[in-house]
Amino acid sequence: MIAPLLRRDLALLLGGRRGNPVLPLLFFLAVAMLFPFAVGPDAVLLARTGGGVIWVAALLAAILPLDRLIAPDLERGFFDQWALRGIAEELVIAIRMVAHWLSFGPPLMLAALPAAALLGISGETLARVELGLLAGTPGLAAIGVLIAALTAGLRGGAALAGLLLIPLAVPILIFGAGALAADGGSGIALCGAISLLLAAIAPFAGGAAVRAARDA
Amino acid sequence: MQACRLAVTDLACQRGERVLFRGLSFALHAGSAFHIAGPNGIGKSSLLRILAGWLRPLAGTVEREGTIALLDERTALDPHQMLGKALSFWQRLDGPADNEAARLGLPPLWDVPVRFLSTGQKKRAGFARLLGQGAPIWLLDEPLNGLDQDAVRLIESLTADHCEAGGICVIASHQPVNLPMLTSIELAEYAA
Repeated sequence: MIAPLLRRDLALLLGGRRGNPVLPLLFFLAVAMLFPFAVGPDAVLLARTGGGVIWVAALLAAILPLDRLIAPDLERGFFDQWALRGIAEELVIAIRMVAHWLSFGPPLMLAALPAAALLGISGETLARVELGLLAGTPGLAAIGVLIAALTAGLRGGAALAGLLLIPLAVPILIFGAGALAADGGSGIALCGAISLLLAAIAPFAGGAAVRAARDA
Repeated sequence: MQACRLAVTDLACQRGERVLFRGLSFALHAGSAFHIAGPNGIGKSSLLRILAGWLRPLAGTVEREGTIALLDERTALDPHQMLGKALSFWQRLDGPADNEAARLGLPPLWDVPVRFLSTGQKKRAGFARLLGQGAPIWLLDEPLNGLDQDAVRLIESLTADHCEAGGICVIASHQPVNLPMLTSIELAEYAA
């Protein structure tokens, strides 16, 4: 039961049918590229702020596919058909969360390499950025799926989803970017802890949101 | 086929501020077909969603034995996918079933993306999904919409076969349905 659902989700998210997965990456790289133009070519300043810029760009890139995560399946009756077959909304949301992370987490970590080169970030900082992204992006995926489920039944849900994600993502941003400081190991640990907590809550909250949208 | 039964007693349904119907009772046993007639907006779809367990009725109870399959205007097939692939997704969830696709005239459409199918073709594809599920209780919401004469007869014979095999069909339609053993109600008579 899990395998066909995960296969479909991955095919939809990676196959470009629910928005091109390359677009958030290009967006992410564009931010990294534009930042030096905006603040000027001061290498010291860029190296010091670059890690934070990568984090903000990652967060914004995670917002892009939100309106296509849950809403189309709700409109087309997929959730109803799954419910008839005894497939819990929680399971569907959990699988969607994994697929969503796979479609943007690892690619983003890969794209952080050229972004680091563009911003002149040192290898040591880059390693911390990558570790932080590994710890933080599952949390971003959980928030993303949760908000997509909450706003799926609403008109203008797409714009609302972006606004809702930002405050919820602040803790991940604080600890993830905080880990860039010299003794920032605990920041990464806290970032990972928040991710785990969010990933544990999101399927239940998202499942309840889908059921509520059905009863409306 | 799995044993099935569907009974509602004194059902009332409210949407928004409006009570759509009240005092509705019926009991269906294996082999019965039930036609809910009435104009648009009278609450036929809401009644089906109550039967499926997705809407809470304002009053009354639904007793149900056996699994449910539902067909409405949403096909639950990915629009960009070839029809064959879109249907095989459900087949993987439902397990292999008797292949009724040929009877529905679908094989020539296997390589056509779902979004290019006509209303009637989509309806037939939805029926293939419904048949594959193998559930004893069918809830059909306007199953004859957009179908030509031949397709209407085909759907009627599929439904008749299902009832003969010991299933239950609940059909919500503003169109007349031609089935043996069909009981019919006018939902408008229960309007509040």
